[in-house]
Amino acid sequence: MQRIRIDNVTKYYGQNLVLDAVDLDVGEHEVICLIGASGSGKSTLLRCVNKLVPFDHGTIYLDDVSIDDDRFKFSNELHKRVGIVFQAYNLFPHMNVLDNITLAPRKVHGVSRATAEKQALELLSMFGLDGYAGSFPERLSGGQQQRVAIVRALATQPDVLMLDEVTAALDPELIGGVLKIIKELRDKGMTMIIVTHEMGFARDVADRVCFLEGGRILEEAPPDKLLSRPEHPRTQQFLQRIIEAGRL
Amino acid sequence: MSIETRAPAPPAPRSKASFRERFVPFLISAVSVTVVFGLAARVVTSAEHWPRIKLQFFNLEAIRAAFPTVFRGFLTNMTVWVIALVAIAIWALVLAIFRSLNGPLLAPLKVFAILYIDLIRGIPSLLLVLLFGFGIPALQIPGLPRTGLFWGGVAMVMGYSAYAAEVYRSGMEAVHDGQRAAAKALGLSQWQTMRYAIIPQAVRNVLPALLNLAVALQKDVALLSVIGVRDAVREAQIYTARTFNYSSLIAAALLFLAATIPMARLTDYVARKDQERRFQRTV
Repeated sequence: MQRIRIDNVTKYYGQNLVLDAVDLDVGEHEVICLIGASGSGKSTLLRCVNKLVPFDHGTIYLDDVSIDDDRFKFSNELHKRVGIVFQAYNLFPHMNVLDNITLAPRKVHGVSRATAEKQALELLSMFGLDGYAGSFPERLSGGQQQRVAIVRALATQPDVLMLDEVTAALDPELIGGVLKIIKELRDKGMTMIIVTHEMGFARDVADRVCFLEGGRILEEAPPDKLLSRPEHPRTQQFLQRIIEAGRL
Repeated sequence: MSIETRAPAPPAPRSKASFRERFVPFLISAVSVTVVFGLAARVVTSAEHWPRIKLQFFNLEAIRAAFPTVFRGFLTNMTVWVIALVAIAIWALVLAIFRSLNGPLLAPLKVFAILYIDLIRGIPSLLLVLLFGFGIPALQIPGLPRTGLFWGGVAMVMGYSAYAAEVYRSGMEAVHDGQRAAAKALGLSQWQTMRYAIIPQAVRNVLPALLNLAVALQKDVALLSVIGVRDAVREAQIYTARTFNYSSLIAAALLFLAATIPMARLTDYVARKDQERRFQRTV
């Protein structure tokens, strides 16, 4: 079954073409990694899927229903079923960890405080964040904040989780902890679309890797193939640069 | 787990500066301040007109005689101030929220807020006080209060709210876009995003600026004296009119200073705390 079907999506920022008729299918329990240089349209594609930004042409389907369908327009279902985690965490600085996590379940989805907090504490403990429920984000390390942000996105029990360069702002020694929980999520069967610059991680975690450039998916293949034997000359060039920079 | 360190011991706490090192600069500043201010006082008090000035403005007996009524008037000022502060804090926030609304259905509220802020900010406070304080009681509409005190207070609230609304708005705009994106991605509605994500951060951002407005309002409540409210200034004027002595105005001035100076210090303190908070976050 296709969880998400991106069909011919085109997006302009003013006169700039950022997504050029993109097609992408994401099956249930599938993990897709999007790679490519900055400005290639990876993050914009994620933001189109949960309607953080509008797109100009094409359709995106969630379980075969267009996200522009009335069913999603007049409810919170899309945001409940598709979660996103940002590079800069974007935790609410005036709320403690527990309130950050329980805000959406309580205020958007009508879960009682007791239930929401119980679930939040379970998730925190699952991701090695026991004892941080009462802390404010600014007291946590970047890695801890990003884990809290992932827990916050999981608190509404989404079907699909999108991760937008979640380790790009972290110190190298903190990246491992975040990548570990993403792998755990993959093992639990979470459907994910991951924008990343960590090629080793993409190789470990992805079912398919897509290389984007100029708003187009130039090449799409299982990680072993795409990262080791890319076909498209641009993909080869991109990976060559990454190898030269010592990141693969 | 402790790691054995090879570094030398930490430096001893800075040895106290010697008595001379600390005392001499203090002595110099004390002496120079005393000399300069003493000379200035000498020059002023030896002026030809000083005795008359002293009698007219700094007459202790007159200050003492006027004080009870001026003080009672001052309590009126402070009551108006406190009530107006609360009303302004709420009404200005409502205006700022109206102004930030998007969507065609809510356009009337947005337009109202823009017009309100533009119009009211362009009118002198004094004119608003005269217009409301004299104008509305003169209509004698049944059911509405007719006192100048009430309508003068309303005028102050209306005028200051326009400024405070702009302060709130700047605070809302200073909240990072990522916060809105996060709220939207979690499914919060436009209003919930405001209520739970933007406004709490905005209020914290602008608290020092709002307190500055509060200090300004603390003095501006004296404008109500022009519409006959028996506040500190009005009572002082009444005393002056009776005795041709201006010391009662000085008494009123001292009362205002006693209220505004601590308030200004509080504002400084809050602003400093705010700075520290921001600094900590960026580190």
